[in-house]
This record gives sequence, C-alpha cells and structure tokens, in this order.
Amino acid sequence: MPFRKLKNLFSRDIGNKPKEPISSTALLLTITICAFSAMYIFAMIVWGGGFLNPQQFLDIFNNNAYLIVISCGLTIVMIAAGIDISVGGVVALITMTCVIFLEDYSGSIAGSIFLALGIGLTIGLVQGFLVAYLKIQPFIVTLAGMFFAKGLTTIVSSVPRTVTNNTFLELKQFRVVVPGIGSYGKSGNFIPARIEPGVIIALIIVLAVWVMLKWTRFGRNLYAVGGSDQSALMLGINVKRTQFLSYVICGLFAGIGGYVYLLHTGAGNSANAYQAEIQAIASSIIGGTLLTGGVGSVIGTLFGVMSLKTFSNIVIASGLREPYWQSITTGLMLCFFILLQSVIIAYRKKKGVG
Amino acid sequence: MLKSLNIRKLSHSQLAIPLFALFLVIAFNVFRDISFFSINVITNNYGNTVLSGNLISIINGASELVLLAIAMTLVTSATKGQDISVGAAAAIAGSVFVRVLRGNEITMPVIFLALATACIVAILFGLFNGTLVAFFDIQPMIASLILFTAGRPIAYWINGGATPNVDSPLLSYIGSFIPGIPIPSPILIIIVFGILVTLALRFTNLGLYIQSVGINERAARLNGINPVLMKLLAFMILGVCVTIAGAINVCRIGLINHETILIDIEMDAILAVAIGGNALSGGKFKLAGSIIGAYIIQALTITLYAMKVSSTAVKAYKAVVIIAIVVIGSPVVQQHAVQLRNRLFKKPIKLTENN
Repeated sequence: MPFRKLKNLFSRDIGNKPKEPISSTALLLTITICAFSAMYIFAMIVWGGGFLNPQQFLDIFNNNAYLIVISCGLTIVMIAAGIDISVGGVVALITMTCVIFLEDYSGSIAGSIFLALGIGLTIGLVQGFLVAYLKIQPFIVTLAGMFFAKGLTTIVSSVPRTVTNNTFLELKQFRVVVPGIGSYGKSGNFIPARIEPGVIIALIIVLAVWVMLKWTRFGRNLYAVGGSDQSALMLGINVKRTQFLSYVICGLFAGIGGYVYLLHTGAGNSANAYQAEIQAIASSIIGGTLLTGGVGSVIGTLFGVMSLKTFSNIVIASGLREPYWQSITTGLMLCFFILLQSVIIAYRKKKGVG
Repeated sequence: MLKSLNIRKLSHSQLAIPLFALFLVIAFNVFRDISFFSINVITNNYGNTVLSGNLISIINGASELVLLAIAMTLVTSATKGQDISVGAAAAIAGSVFVRVLRGNEITMPVIFLALATACIVAILFGLFNGTLVAFFDIQPMIASLILFTAGRPIAYWINGGATPNVDSPLLSYIGSFIPGIPIPSPILIIIVFGILVTLALRFTNLGLYIQSVGINERAARLNGINPVLMKLLAFMILGVCVTIAGAINVCRIGLINHETILIDIEMDAILAVAIGGNALSGGKFKLAGSIIGAYIIQALTITLYAMKVSSTAVKAYKAVVIIAIVVIGSPVVQQHAVQLRNRLFKKPIKLTENN
C-alpha cells in the first residue's frame, strides 16, 4: 500500500502513546515549506545566476515587506473565519495621507507614524464593530471599507506625490547589513547583503503573531471561534470580542503595512498596493490558512508570500516577460495549491482525522 | 385597520429595506433638484428620436449590473458563496465576441454566432469554477479567485494584447437604440430576460431546488435533488448572464478594453445581492430584491455624478451609503429599534415577533 508510507510520514511518535496524526495546520504548513524549498532549489539549479545571489533572495523581502505585514493581519482574520478585503485600499490611503502630512503640513516622522497607525486602527475598529457586534457580513463591511479607503485616497490627493522630507529620506535609504552573507562584484570586491528596515518590522510582526497564535489565550480563542463559533460560545469564549479584536489587529497591521510601503517607495499614489488584498489572501491560502476558519499559521503565510513572489521571479527568468503571463501563472499556482489542500482535507475527513 | 396590517406585513418582508433605500435615494433627489427626473425627447447622432435624461441613464446603465446580480443571486443561493470572477469572465466573453466579429463581416447571423461562441466559452469558465466548488468543495470566493487573477490576462491574450474596436450599425442597435424605438435597447433586453427568468422560476422547480441545496445540502440530496448538478447549473446560468452583459457593454462602447471592461462589477453585483436583503450565506433568495439593489447602486452613482463628484471619489460616498443601508437592515439594530419603540410607546413587548 503506497498510502501506508504516506500515513507514516504524516504521523509522529509521542512517547509510548499510539501514533497521533498531526494537525491540519501543521500538515499544510509542512507542505507549503516543502513546496517553497523545492521551487527555490529547482530555480537555483535551472537558472542559477540571480537565484544564487543572496541579495536577490533578500530582495523578495525588501520588495514585499508590506505584503508580509498585511498578510499576517489577514491570516488572523481568516483563522477566525472572517475576511478583510479593505487592506489594500487602507495601505494606499495611508501612503497618501502620510505624504501629504509630511509635505504640506511639514509634519514630523513620529507624527506620520501615529497617523498611519491611527488610520489603520480606526478603520479596524469600525469594521470590527460592524462585523462582530452588528452581525453584518464581513465581506460587505470590508468591501465598503475598501471603497471608502480608495475613494478617500483620491479625495486627499488625486495626483501621485513624493516625499522630500530629509529625515524621512534618510530613514528610507537606511539599510541593515546582514553579516556573513553577500556576493562578489565584477571586480571581485565583496558586497554585503542588505535589508530594509521594513523587513525587520515585518519579521518582528511574524514572530509576534506566531507567539500570539500559539501561546496566548486570545490566539487559541481565534482558532476556537473560527472552527465553530457555536462550540466556542458554549466553551465560554467571548466570540464577539474575539472577532472584534481580530479586525482591529488586521486594521492595525494594515496601518503598519502602509507605513512600511511608504518607507519602501517614498511616494503616495492612489494606485499603490493595487490588488494587495487579493495577493494577501492568496498568500494566506498558499500558506495553508483555510477560509472556512480554524486552520492556519502565520509562518505558512510568510512562506506563502515568498512562494508567490519566487514564482513570479521564475516566470520572468523563464523568458515569459509580458506582465500577463505572471497573472496567468499566479492563477495556475493558486489553482494547484487550492486543489491540493482540498484533496488533503477531504482525505483526512474521510479517514476521520483532524 | 387593513392598511396598517399591510404596512406591517411589508415592513417585515425582505423587500422592505431595498424599497426603503430606493425611496431614500429618490427622495434625496427630489429635495436636491427636481429636474433630475426630467426626461427629454432628443434626436441622437443617428437621427433617431430617443428618450434621454438621468432616469433613463440610470435604468440603461444598470443593465449589465442587473444581469450579473440575477446570476449572482442564484450562485449565492446554491453555493453559499460568491463568484468574484464575473468581471474577468465578462472580459473574456467580450474578447471572444469581438474576436469572432472581427474575423467576419458583421451581419446578424455573425453576431449570433459570436454570441454563441462567447456563451460557450463563458459557460466553460463557469463550469471550471463550478467544478472546483461542487466536486472539490472549495468555497466559491476562493475558487473564483483563480479566474479573478488570470481572467483579464486571458482576455488580453485572446485579442493579442490590443484593444480592438468594432463598428457597425447592427451593433449599435444592441448597445444603444433600434431605429423607431425611443427606449434604449439594453433596457428592452433586460425586460425580455427578466420575463424569461421569472417564467423559468415560476413554472419550473429550478428556484426551489437551488434554494433547497443552499439551505441544507444533505436534506436536498435525501430528497432526490442532485446538489452538484444544481451548483453547476447556477454557474452555467452565470456564464450566460456574463456573456450578455459583456456583449451589451462591448456594443455600448464599440470596443473591448480587457483592463477596464466592467471593472469592479463583481463587487457591485455582490452588493446588489446583499442590499436586496438576500443572505450572502446562501439559501432563500428573492430576485426582485437583487434587481432593486442593482438599480439602487446605479441611481446612487448617477446621483453622485450629477452632484459633480469625481468618478474616483464616488466610491467613498457609495461606501458610506452602503454601510448606512446595511446597518439599518442589520437584525441587531432592528431589534434595538423595536425595543426602543416599545419602550417609548409603552406597548407590551412581543417576544415571538423578532426572535
């Protein structure tokens, strides 16, 4: 039986107890990490060159730090069986308002950070209240949130703006040197690999969310509420407050993500973070978070973002440079992961596991 | 006595909220500027005598949205989820339509051939979504995310990356006016389509079966209804509606732009379903609600345009109005309102009414 081997792979020994199958969350996480590693190693062998350069690997983080941050927020909401499609619009709104604040009102850096967090938090609070306490469908609430944020962005300024504030530009150009890794330039000199400050923020958030989901009561409540809100209610969990807080955190992360985006590009534009919400949802799904709720991990989401972006790099490296190929192949990749998850979950359900 | 009873009945019906919202939009316009409703008879560029005015442009402009709202209602009901790829699918259908038209001389049979081809392609894409939903048990929103990402690029690829135009008086009959008839043709198409759908729902079990699959899939299966077939059927109907919407839009504008054709319409269609008082979690539905919802959204847009709001900023105002409508319609808010009314007017609280 080929399945027997597969089954052994998916189970582990715990002391003398009978073999206990691993949870859906852990299984989907393992698959995502394996898929990403396989994809990257394949790219390194076939195309070499850029994929062997550590800086190019780190650039995935540099260019998508904001996506990692907002995907973390989305993972939290999705684990609690909600959805937030306003994050992309909120990112655009924050970049625009912060640029206007820094330029036209000669605001300080600290002020702009507070502004970004404040906008994100406010939108999160309103959406959370409407979804959790007034029981309006999350899709409608956050869809309106997206419309509101995108519309407001063009009301704030209909033309793209760039930051010229010196302190901000210094912060934008600041790079953290990663010790030990780097590449050799054409003249043989060693160029150390660098990351942007946004990446450090993103990684801290991933770590914090991971700890929260795994070790805190609120984190466990999220899984319980997402799995079945009726059961959670009977266990004495405050379902409404858990849902409310998940949207507040997602809004806050959208605020942080917006500022990270601004740090990366230094420009405010209503077209910023276009379709970021779809990419964030796709990253979470690839990372093993189910939209039905109750299953998911933030480490998977991190690998989801990396897989999505590595795949685009592979598509470009393989010579399909027209932008439409990227969308088509992203769709195919999504299709593959969605089908894979569906088949695995159906198989496990049939076997009566997890 | 009888009158109050009727009002009471209406206020508990599903259509109360959409009708109230439509009334609000109209009332707002009456107070703002009564000339908003004026309908003029003018002669257009082709020399036809036609009706024009804001009211006509609302009903005309909402045609595509009404079609998609009807289909979205059926999909929502059967699958407990929404298809977010309708805009992308319309771009594909429109591209196929234009591609066939440009390959031949445009005559009436060719237009029908083009429509049929586009329809088959759109149904195939609908079946792709339907298969993922019905066989693999994937939530519709996730399943259609694939086509949402890849759809418009596929449309781009169909016409070789160009935005070709099609020009023929025959097409303008579909997109704007038929000579001698002062009403825009898309309105006529919607009326015919609406009658067909109403007849189909009244004289067949389609509506009942779709609803029963959405309410309880197991129970439906035990009663001999095939849930997989019903879900696939809903997605096929969506394919047909998407084709007609795409074709109307192509004929209206005279060209296909894969990036902008019916952009964001999936969001508007889902909103129309929700404003119409239908649960996005599936089950029972009222098509009339969704249709009124579509007209509310279009009326709102045209009103905002009439108030000189820029087309990009319209979204923000729309969002505020939509939130206001769904907050008023929220069961929690209504329950509080009833309690407040009872407290104010000292009526005995009836527990059975709202629980």
